[in-house]
Amino acid sequence: MTAPASAPGAVDAYTAAQAVQDASVGHGARSFRLWRGADGSGAFTDYTTEVNEGMVVLDAVQQIQAEQANDLAVRWNCKAGKCGSCSAEINGKPKLMCMTRLDDLPADEPVTVEPMRAFPHVRDLVTDVSWNFRVKPRIQPFTPRAPDAPDGTWRIDQRDVERVQEFRKCIECFLCQDVCHVLRDHHLHDEFIGPRFLVYAAALEMHPLDVADRRSELKEDFGIGYCNITKCCTKVCPEHITITDNAIIPLKERVVDRHFDPLGALVRLVRGPRKP
Amino acid sequence: MAEYQTVDHDVLVVGAGGAGLRAAIEAAASGLSVGVVCKSLLGKAHTVMAEGGVAAALANVDDRDSWRVHFADTMRGGQYLNNWRMAELHAREAPARVRELEAWGALFDRTADGRILQRNFGGHRYPRLAHVGDRTGLEMIRTLQDHGIHKGIDVHMECTVLTLLRDGERIAGAFAYDRERGRFRLFRARAVILATGGVGRAFSITSNSWEYTGDGHALAYLAGAALQDMEFVQFHPTGMIWPPSVRGILVTEGVRGEGGVLRNRDGKRFMFEDIPENYRAQTADSEEEGWRYTQGDKDARRPPELLTRDHVARMIVREVKEGRGSPHGGVYLDISWIKERLPNAAEHIRKKLPSMYHQFMQLAGIDITKEAMEIGPTTHYIMGGIRVDGDTQMSTVPGLFACGECAAGLHGANRLGGNSLSDLLVFGQRAGEHAARFARNAAAVTIDAGEVDEEASRALAPFARASGAEGPYQVQESLQTTMQNHVGIVRTAHEMERALGEIESLKQRADRVVVPGNREFNPGWHTALDLRHLLIVSEAITRSALARKESRGGHFRDDFPEKDAAFAGFNHVTRTGADGTMQLTREPIPAMPAELAAIIKEMQS
Repeated sequence: MTAPASAPGAVDAYTAAQAVQDASVGHGARSFRLWRGADGSGAFTDYTTEVNEGMVVLDAVQQIQAEQANDLAVRWNCKAGKCGSCSAEINGKPKLMCMTRLDDLPADEPVTVEPMRAFPHVRDLVTDVSWNFRVKPRIQPFTPRAPDAPDGTWRIDQRDVERVQEFRKCIECFLCQDVCHVLRDHHLHDEFIGPRFLVYAAALEMHPLDVADRRSELKEDFGIGYCNITKCCTKVCPEHITITDNAIIPLKERVVDRHFDPLGALVRLVRGPRKP
Repeated sequence: MAEYQTVDHDVLVVGAGGAGLRAAIEAAASGLSVGVVCKSLLGKAHTVMAEGGVAAALANVDDRDSWRVHFADTMRGGQYLNNWRMAELHAREAPARVRELEAWGALFDRTADGRILQRNFGGHRYPRLAHVGDRTGLEMIRTLQDHGIHKGIDVHMECTVLTLLRDGERIAGAFAYDRERGRFRLFRARAVILATGGVGRAFSITSNSWEYTGDGHALAYLAGAALQDMEFVQFHPTGMIWPPSVRGILVTEGVRGEGGVLRNRDGKRFMFEDIPENYRAQTADSEEEGWRYTQGDKDARRPPELLTRDHVARMIVREVKEGRGSPHGGVYLDISWIKERLPNAAEHIRKKLPSMYHQFMQLAGIDITKEAMEIGPTTHYIMGGIRVDGDTQMSTVPGLFACGECAAGLHGANRLGGNSLSDLLVFGQRAGEHAARFARNAAAVTIDAGEVDEEASRALAPFARASGAEGPYQVQESLQTTMQNHVGIVRTAHEMERALGEIESLKQRADRVVVPGNREFNPGWHTALDLRHLLIVSEAITRSALARKESRGGHFRDDFPEKDAAFAGFNHVTRTGADGTMQLTREPIPAMPAELAAIIKEMQS
């Protein structure tokens, strides 16, 4: 390896080059209205901060946190749209803060950021999403068929993998749960598991190796019938999962086949239960 | 007297990324009570960001592959400072761990005959990385999470460990606080597994999130355990650099695995200009041969873009320093060029690299099927960590185990891409098994209540201080600037000595920070508490790097640019000295068994 030439002052060259670039970026002040408060009570607080080209809402929120409001509560992790931590309502729309660019929002009005409204409020932009973590274990876990090969492995067609990949992209940001009117407006959390977990159930039901049958629980315990396909969840999904058309509707069809098919019921009675 | 809730577990796992979850599943399988503590919500840990794949010699794509080749590749990549026992176990056990993941529901991309598909990656001789497009980490963490929630494991989400507690010499538990309400929680446990990940937040430019503040490293160090190889930090060659707000975000090595090439401002593929001696025989000597390799031609050798990460990162720095960089201070990574070779190239790229396509489109306004990306190095991973026994993963403190990124040994001086996800699985499993065994055979623990009270007072001090002092974010930023500028990709003694001085004064500043507000979900308070850990790992990195007067793997010294055989036979180990200061020693690497030495010799050709 040839040694890179020594730079005087030896700030690493990469950082130095970046600093020069940063100086040339367009800057400007921008107004933000952030929800502050705890346990449901709160109000918008106004902040102004310097923004530059390419900044996302999360950058501005973090900058305000570092410079003006050290105790501003906000969740984030990857900052690249892969972990689903920084869900919020930005200008009234459910979005990930890390994937919402400031230059895509109207420049002539303040950017408002509020917590997700379908979940109990904790503090500032943070809500209690623990209900979601209690729902998932209620769904029958993955149950594979016996291995295909003597070495304990399976043979799967790439097309069968791709069919469920869409559902497995889910980053569990819970924005779909946030907009679902069954949860948000009617608070039927005890009777309905919400779009996220219907997608999860679909991923299991359509998994090429899975042999469990979740149709009965989907109808009886998870309230799939409550979904009336308004597609609000699909519209807000940052992973662009076609939640209603590709996951919920096919699940509804399976459930209907199972429950309102007298001939099939007779066959099942004779031959025992079978996966579709 | 501090108020706190006491929770008892047989085994406590700190961290819920791939390593922590795999460890917890294993420990719970033996019927013990297992608790997992994680700083964020379940499923958000950094494993989610891993893109390229998990390395395992399944030999599904190239039947010349075997654990022996994987072992030799890992040792060569680590410049032979690796714990050879860990490298051996890792190579032998990774295939079983990957297959087990499939049995738990993970769906990897497939070969034509329906087996797990494997892709090329830097430093791996044959296509070895099982993957799911470019979101393998998400598939892995979700599979472990969804499997783990049915295994009776108690998960304590958004809970941060402040200190480990000991009963005499052995581990006795951990003292922690929950983020939501800021209440203290005391965990009593007969065995503790640290799986806390890395230290990226010690640097300004990093692919790591706020969580990666060296917690496991520092907690172990403060509990009397030894750290090892702390000078070896991996600067991933391809991070985003533009716009400024996305700087540091990872661009997967998979882009190069799929045929992406690096070019400088003049359009030249500079990676051909300097190929290290020990990789020359395996590297393509023409662009044509490199392309054939990425397309699966078994007779072709790998393109120089797929050399190890340390080398690629330094080559990029060289181009920038010598004035051949891109407009924003990096170089170009181009995958769009494959349209000259493949019909439907745009569709192919979107299918193989969907999250990269999405990431650049959304955050930078760049269509990677049409244009080159601008990239530069970003702090990504630390090879160094808690010194552990290769078989059991136990640290030098009885009952304290470590696995994943926070443990040292497997990767030596440089980690190969894809060896991290397999590391999590192999050593997560081993740590879980051995911690459970230790816990079963250990007597109940006693906690020193005085020690807990003292720790609680320390944690609350930032609220009690007089106003007027600075906040935690300013101190964190100063530390990041110090480490980035003085202990980064290119290091010199002069710069690092300066860094040590700055770290000393930052310790004073950290002890004076003031936090507004109260204990409820207060990120300012959390940042203040993380500072102690960041300062410890920064000092350990700097002291170890200063003492290694050579260049090897991820550690490059401008004042000692060559590899030096005198530094080949030992690891640097850091511990707390009797006077409380950090002590550095050289620990010789034990001789390798003849069988392993023979493999390395055989694979050198």
